Amino acid sequence: MSFIRKTSNFVTGTARMAFLGGNKVYYAWLFLLVACIVQALFAYAHQYERGLISTNMRDSVSWGFYIGNFTFLVGVAAAAVLLVIPAYVYDWKPIKEVALFGEMLAVASIVMCLLFVLVDMGRPDRFWHILPGIGHMHMPSSIMAWDSIVLNVYLAINLIVASYLVYCAYHRIPYNKKIVVPLVIFSIPMAVSIHTVTAFLYNGMASRPYWNSAILAPRFIASAFCSGPALLLILFQILRKVSAFEIKDEAIHKVAELMAYAMGFNLFLFGAEIFREYYSNTHHLVHYEYLFSGLHGKASPIALYAWMSLAFAIISFLLFLIPRTRRMPLTMNIGCVLIYLSVYIEKGIALIIPGFTPDQLGQVYAYVPSMIELRVAAGVFGVGFLLFTLMVKVSVVILFERDDQPVHA
Amino acid sequence: MSDHTAAPLPVPAPPAEGYSRREALVMGLFALAAAATTAGCSAADKLAYEEFVQKHFRDLTPEEMKDRLAGLEKKYSEQYGKSVKVSATPPIPGVLFGYALDLSRCIGCRRCVYGCVEENNQSRNPQTHWITVLEMDKEEGVNLQNADAFYDHETVPAPGKFYMPVACQHCENPPCTKVCPVEATWKEKDGIVVIDYDWCIGCRCCIAACPYGARHFNWGKPVIPKDELNPVTEYLGNRPRQRGVVEKCSFCIQRVRKGLYPKCVEVCPVGARKFGNLLDPESEIRYIIENKRVYILKEELNTQPKFFYYYGL
Repeated sequence: MSFIRKTSNFVTGTARMAFLGGNKVYYAWLFLLVACIVQALFAYAHQYERGLISTNMRDSVSWGFYIGNFTFLVGVAAAAVLLVIPAYVYDWKPIKEVALFGEMLAVASIVMCLLFVLVDMGRPDRFWHILPGIGHMHMPSSIMAWDSIVLNVYLAINLIVASYLVYCAYHRIPYNKKIVVPLVIFSIPMAVSIHTVTAFLYNGMASRPYWNSAILAPRFIASAFCSGPALLLILFQILRKVSAFEIKDEAIHKVAELMAYAMGFNLFLFGAEIFREYYSNTHHLVHYEYLFSGLHGKASPIALYAWMSLAFAIISFLLFLIPRTRRMPLTMNIGCVLIYLSVYIEKGIALIIPGFTPDQLGQVYAYVPSMIELRVAAGVFGVGFLLFTLMVKVSVVILFERDDQPVHA
Repeated sequence: MSDHTAAPLPVPAPPAEGYSRREALVMGLFALAAAATTAGCSAADKLAYEEFVQKHFRDLTPEEMKDRLAGLEKKYSEQYGKSVKVSATPPIPGVLFGYALDLSRCIGCRRCVYGCVEENNQSRNPQTHWITVLEMDKEEGVNLQNADAFYDHETVPAPGKFYMPVACQHCENPPCTKVCPVEATWKEKDGIVVIDYDWCIGCRCCIAACPYGARHFNWGKPVIPKDELNPVTEYLGNRPRQRGVVEKCSFCIQRVRKGLYPKCVEVCPVGARKFGNLLDPESEIRYIIENKRVYILKEELNTQPKFFYYYGL
């Protein structure tokens, strides 16, 4: 069979696997995601027509919900692949599958990241200005330019590896380890670098004391190690229930244990930051005051979320630290949800908004996202989850549900 | 010889009686085709296409620059119903512009703010101001955390208050140009930090990086009434802007490169604003820096502003 025939066969075959043979819950989930996307298209059309004035961002708070979500998802993308390390170290049985699902989650997350940047741009039609060669990329001084490189390289690696593995499994041919292993290994430092470079984007701005802290990048990595695995743990349990996917309980408990350490480290770094700010009590403290209470006698609209994030982080840390609650499925899943929410608030709300409030001239603009921003964001998540769902569905069918077992290399 | 595509043909209005469905359909298609041909050939569409594939300002050849300026002049002149001039005046060799503002004289009247809006074609709705005047307590001195940019008194100065107008500080070490992913903003040889509005992608990294709140984004479509447009414009300065790009003070590049003072210097009723060539030892600006008590906003950030606050009294 020629390569072209094989490829077209692969495309039609996987499309059939993605859309056929699901149960009612599966189709309802797909419908929900498509509905999210469709309503977001209308919201984005409105924003495109009227400009970013239909968001609640203004000169004072010039980045908001979109860039917060972008930052959060960079973390998810990074951590999804970093899970490959413990999978190797502890020699879990389904190591190939863990790596594959991690890569797919990374692909979906990066797609969401890029979409969040795109919807945040004032002139999305000029995105080509940043392309090397035809545009005018500002290297090496712009961290945003670096970020666009590492994110796209990371997307490419994960897309190549994931689709190659699925392609080989589909045709029941052994995959070439000489291609896959170096790429997977290369994707590990890349995972660290996407989150580090994204942290540097904020970290390097002396104009914003809230971000201008050397432990911002380590905090990013620590919190990402919590949120990415939380999502995968829930996925693994679902897959174990509905398909032939196997993962040992010990592996799941090990991930939960690693998450406890990551969350502990995250809380420690956060505590170090809090100590410095409150003990030294300089003018820079205003951003933390805005985050946790408010300024000039006015309550901040994000304070409630900040406290929720902190409480969720502490509760989930304890749930994962205590072996009994870590091993009990109910408490472990509650822990996963809490960790995910905690990091989501931390990155999505508590990182960006206080950095801008008060602004460089001390003015307070109490930003909360507009309805348009919420709707567009829901659509971007819809695209990412849809992509991830379809990829997982296809690989589950190929790996576990066909009559004969796939060829293992 | 009939030629349907040569010119946009006027589409006849349907008679009151109405057409059959088939006739109406054919006519509709014809109208669409006519509209499409018209649009395809229109100057506006050609310009829109040219703007889309537009090169970076510093990559333009002199020939391309001439075409570009002529194209913009035509577009703005049609849009605003008057003759609009767009130039790309180069920096004057041996000149480094500097600004000084006397905090002891400023009365907070905001004449500079509105003089700037008119001179530099800032949007009137939504309002964009390149200059922000901060009101602070005399007793406390400069403390931005207690500054009020939205003071609204019957008369100024208010008792016990002093005023600090802030705009682009035209840093020698500008944090904003460093972060731009597409180099749509840079420092010119005469020290002016400029923006190419046709290259800016609207990512707003520069707004986050600027320690002075000097950069402003066109969140909505900028609107300037036709009769209020200042027709003397500069490519990297006060030409009309578009939605979705960043703008800021350019030291009135369209004036200062021709030997005029910035508008804010001219309109200040108390003479609090001074401007000149930092490289000229005989200039007023040099005298102020060398002889007065100078205050540099956020000096610790090492941005090295060419905007000097001072106490003249």
